[in-house]
This record gives sequence, structure tokens and C-alpha cells, in this order.
Amino acid sequence: MKQLLVLSGKGGTGKTTIASAFIGLSEAKAYADCDVDAPNLHLVMNRFKGPERTDYYGLPKAEINLELCIQCDLCRQNCRFDAIDVTDNYEVDYYACEGCGVCQAVCPSGAITLNPVVAGELKLYLDDSVFSTAQLKMGSGTSGMLVTEVKKQLKDSVNDDEIAIIDGSPGIGCPVIASVSGVDMVLIVAEPSVSGISDMERIIITSVRFQTKIAVCINKYDLNQNKTMEIEEYCREFKIPMVGKIPYDPIVVKTVNDGKCITEVDCIAGRAAIGVFEETMKVFNNYNDGR
Amino acid sequence: MKIAIPAGKNSLSTDVYASLARAPFFAVYDTDTTNVEFIDNGAASSQGGAGIKAAQILVDKKVEVLITPRCGQNAADAINAAKIRMYKSIDHSISDNLKAWEEGKLDLLNDIHPGFHGHGG
Amino acid sequence: MTFIPAFMDMEVSNMKIAVLSGKGGTGKTLLAVNLAAIAPESVYVDCDVEEPNGHLFFKPDIHSTETVYVKIPEVQASLCTGCRQCVEFCKFNALAYINQTLLIFDEMCHSCGGCELICPENALSEKDKSVGRIQIGTSDNVTVLTGIMNTGESSGMPIIKELLGNRSLDEELVFIDCPPGSSCIVMESIRLADYCILVAEPTLFGKHNLQMVHELVTLMDKPYSVVLNKCVEGDNPSEKFCIDNNIRISGRISFDNELGTLNSNGMISARVQSEYQSMFESLLQEILKEASHETVVSSKR
Repeated sequence: MKQLLVLSGKGGTGKTTIASAFIGLSEAKAYADCDVDAPNLHLVMNRFKGPERTDYYGLPKAEINLELCIQCDLCRQNCRFDAIDVTDNYEVDYYACEGCGVCQAVCPSGAITLNPVVAGELKLYLDDSVFSTAQLKMGSGTSGMLVTEVKKQLKDSVNDDEIAIIDGSPGIGCPVIASVSGVDMVLIVAEPSVSGISDMERIIITSVRFQTKIAVCINKYDLNQNKTMEIEEYCREFKIPMVGKIPYDPIVVKTVNDGKCITEVDCIAGRAAIGVFEETMKVFNNYNDGR
Repeated sequence: MKIAIPAGKNSLSTDVYASLARAPFFAVYDTDTTNVEFIDNGAASSQGGAGIKAAQILVDKKVEVLITPRCGQNAADAINAAKIRMYKSIDHSISDNLKAWEEGKLDLLNDIHPGFHGHGG
Repeated sequence: MTFIPAFMDMEVSNMKIAVLSGKGGTGKTLLAVNLAAIAPESVYVDCDVEEPNGHLFFKPDIHSTETVYVKIPEVQASLCTGCRQCVEFCKFNALAYINQTLLIFDEMCHSCGGCELICPENALSEKDKSVGRIQIGTSDNVTVLTGIMNTGESSGMPIIKELLGNRSLDEELVFIDCPPGSSCIVMESIRLADYCILVAEPTLFGKHNLQMVHELVTLMDKPYSVVLNKCVEGDNPSEKFCIDNNIRISGRISFDNELGTLNSNGMISARVQSEYQSMFESLLQEILKEASHETVVSSKR
């Protein structure tokens, strides 16, 4: 399975809009949404048959058995995450607890247990194409692990020679790192703004460590031609392939709100996305550039 | 001497598993007895640091050679510290890989990918 | 900048207002930066430590930089007997015992202190590891706190905790710029907030993610309202969501090319153009009025 991952650094640059366009254009039989915190791809992919659902267990959480608790305070004193609350009773703060087990280890009366906790749900849509996605329960950590599960679920259901398109998440932290691992190419969707460029640089720095192919495209480029040129210059300087740019198109909002891909309707963004797709595939399929 | 290969199922005809740390099993082949044992990989279900735990399992099993398609930085540090030699697997079954190794046809594994740095939270 | 008499009547000092959205790119930073700039005196805290942007607008004079550290274990090899209790204990697989040596994997460590507690030989102690930094500076009337996570780190939690514990926030009107999403880092960012502003864009994606942060602020019992940004003609799924769920809408900002351009050039619109100054003033007044009322009514602070 050859994987193309769409990232951005900054949120709201158009990852999902572009990923969905690429899925249509490549006729990919395998795709995934690794933005497990705020998944959106399913809103434009229109799967009719319901998915297989699997509970995702994150970090276990500590629980205090009040009947055994002698209120010695050792758990609270040793908890590094401020996860033990004391009111009338000692209680674990579910969201702050990181499942480290220290409280269980120091408790003299065996009142504390670590219990598995459902931190999200994996969904796998299977019919003529495979769509793997998940939703992390809010307030949860371990998003990286869930991302890994989304990719594993995809891989286990797909033939080796398929192309898989993966919609990523904003940021540069754990879920992003988990999604980059093992992919063949990262396409970064950049926004022509001061924030967008700053974030783009940080995601590029994060991605290069993985020695994967990287390319950049610019979305809504005509909103700031100067910043667009800055991005193009940056890519030239650091020898990062620039695979094209897409103009701002007011029709996109309506298209997305109708649950459609931009390549399913006649619009300038859709047409430009086709060009970006073709250039991206050239980079993706070129194995002779010393990967 | 013991040779380990990550496996998706406990059968020699299965293909080598794509990930080291998350493989459900390891096939452990003993060159002295010519026996193959399939051991569970307890690391597969870890929240994070699966590569490290997988390496610990292999070290405790006294594996000396590891044949794998890829290896993350975390596992590599542990495996190198244990002086286990790593070879890059070929895209075929476990038994094919063992045969290729015996015939000296496998390359050493050089490209180590960065690890997953924990898992947030 | 016009002095706003209405502020005099409100108990706005010592109020923390968090700006969040669920979806990225809806305008959290636009709003948090401009509201902070418009207030007579305020503190702006950037909790999006993975991709901090506020400082690009404020360009603050930085007067202090503090490194943020976490504790990770180190072993005194001569005392280690290889009992492996620490290896077995560590839930994050940060330890391995190989060739009679304890290996410590810094990036896996969650700094729980458990291994040190467990070790029967007292062979483990702790050392500091840098995970990022906090910059404190000023830009006219605004004290700017920026949290920056080192690239390659998995979680910004320690930096966010440091930011929100900083003395500069005491007894001040504070605007907290939150990360996107609704995961643990967002929860931490709003933990101390007195009031939350949810910024939503008029797309299906925006509404979907608005739903998530709405759930989050409800769970955490925070008073809140919504600001609809980038409003265009036609149906607004986010607006509909608010109406259907009786959620107060504090303001609507139209999609505006000029505002977008100023923003994309890193300009604080409220400081450079009077029409935006007025717009953000009205918005701030509305929000502070609601926030003061809500925090008096609500018993939780």
C-alpha cells in the first residue's frame, strides 16, 4: 500500500477539501482520516453502508475503591498530574489521570486499581472501497495510538498495490507524527499568510525527519499574492517540489456544505485541484529521486 | 543461534509483517535445533513505546539476528545496544526470508525511521 | 484608541476568556489577538504551543524567555542490580534492560516519577529535559505570553501548564488562544477559563467541530457563547446549530477580503483601521457584558 498523507501545520488550510478531491481523482480504493480529534472526511465521502465499529482503549485510568481507602493522602502527594481530588472522599480526576500507576504503587491498602477505558471509536467502512476513520473522545490523550490504529485498520483491509490517501490533522505533535510514520509522501497544503507560513515551516521540519517525499501546494493563493510568492521562494530555496496552487473559490463552501467534493462540481478550485493532483502524482510515482 | 522475524500469523508461509513493534507474533528460528517457535509479541498492544518493549522481548529470548522490513529509532537503539544484527527482509514469506538469510542474500538494515515519540496525554 | 467608558463599570479585571473552535482556521487567533489589542489593558496567552501564531501579530518586545522542563530519570549504574522492577512498572515502555545496562528512552517518559519510587536500590534519580519555552513580552497595552513546543516533542501539556500558571495572568483580563480540536491539550487550555468563546465558520466541517467543543465546554461547566466568522450568503450550518440548541451568538463577522488580507499579512486589524477597531470594540463590549453576568450567576469559578 503506497500512502499519500495530506498535512498542513496550520488548521483550516483545506486538507480535507483537497484530500477528498484527490480520492475522487485517483479513484483510490483506500483512504483514511487520521484527524482523529476532529475528523471531517466522512462528511464529504458519502458512505451509505454503516461502518464496522470498534472501541478504542486508551490509557487505563486509576480508580479509588472508597471502601478500602484509608485517606492517608499518599496518592495525592505522589501524583504528578494533579489527578487526585479530595472533597469528602478521595477521587481520581478522570481527565487528568495519565494511567502511570504511581498511586496504585504507593497505596498501602490496595484501594487503587487501573482500569481500561474507552477513549474513542474506530470506524471501518467496507464495500467497494475501504475508508478507515476514528473519533477520539474529547479530553483524551493517546491520539497517536488511535491514529496508528486507523492506519493499521486500513492496511489490514487493503491489497498491497493500492494507493491510499490519508487526510491528516493540524499541528506537529503526536497524532501528526504517528500519521507520518511509514507514508511514502506528504503533501503540505499551505496558506498564504504569516501564520500559515510559520506553521508550514514547522510541519516541514517535523516531516523531514521521516525521510519521506515532501511537496507543497498553496490553497486560496490569490488571497495574498505576496505571501504566495514567499512560499514559492521558500520551496525553491529548500528544493521542495511545488505542485501547484488553487485559487479562493466561494463555491467551495456551498459544495462542501452539500456534502460534495470540489471535483464533482464545476468550479475554479476544482479545476485547479486537478492540476495539483497530476503534479502530486508525478512526485509520488517517481522512485528515482534517491528516496 | 536464534533468528527472529515479525509475523502476522503463526505460520512459516505467511509474509513478513510490515511493522516490527506491532507484529502480533515473532517467528524465532533456532539454527542449532532447526526448530521454529512462534512467540506472542506483548508489545503490539502497548499505548506507546512498543518498539522498546518488542526489543526487550527479543533480547530476553536471546535472539541474535533480526530480519525485519523496517525498524523505528526506539527499537533500534535497544536492539543495537543488545548487539543484535538486523537484516532487511524481502517481500516474501518467513520461510523464504530464512532461506535468503542462510544463503547470505539479505542486506543489513540501514534505514532507521524516527520513532513515535510517546502518545500525548 | 478610544477609551471605552463602559469598561469602568464592569468587573473585568481578573477574568480569563478562552477562545476555541474545534476546527482549525476558523479565526481563534484573529479574535483573541484583536480583542486583547482593543481592551485598555490585557494579557494574551498563546496555548497553541505546537503552532503559535499570536506573536506574529503582536511582534512583542520580549523581556523574558523561560525554558520549560520535564523530569526524566537517570540511573546510577553502580547501584543498579538489574532487578527490572522499573522496566516492568513503566506503563509507557520508557525503560529497557539490555546487556546489563538500564536504557532510558526520554521521549517515551511521562515524568510520573514511578520508576524512582519503585527502585529498591535507590539507583534512579531525576534530571531536567527541555521540551519548549515561554516568551513574555509587551506590545503596547498587551502583555504577550507565547508558548513554543520544541519540534519532535509529542505533547505540549507541560508548556500549557506553565503558561497558565504564570504570574502575569494574575488580576488581569486574559485572552487565552487555544489549540484546535477538543483533546486533552484543549481541555487544559480552558481549565482555568471563566468564559469561553467558540469561533465557528459557516461550513459543514465547522459545524461538526463546533458540536465537539460545545460538548467540551458543557462538560466542563464553562459559560460560553459563539462568534460566527467568515459569514457568507446562503445557509450557515453553524448558525443553524446554535439556533437549534439555544446557544447565544455574541457576534457575526462577515467574510471580508480586506480583513483577510490584513490578517494574512500579520496585521492587527483593530489597530490599523477604524472600522475594524469599532467592530472589535462592540464585540468585546458584548462579550464582557455577557461574561460578567455569567460569572456572577455561575457558582463555579
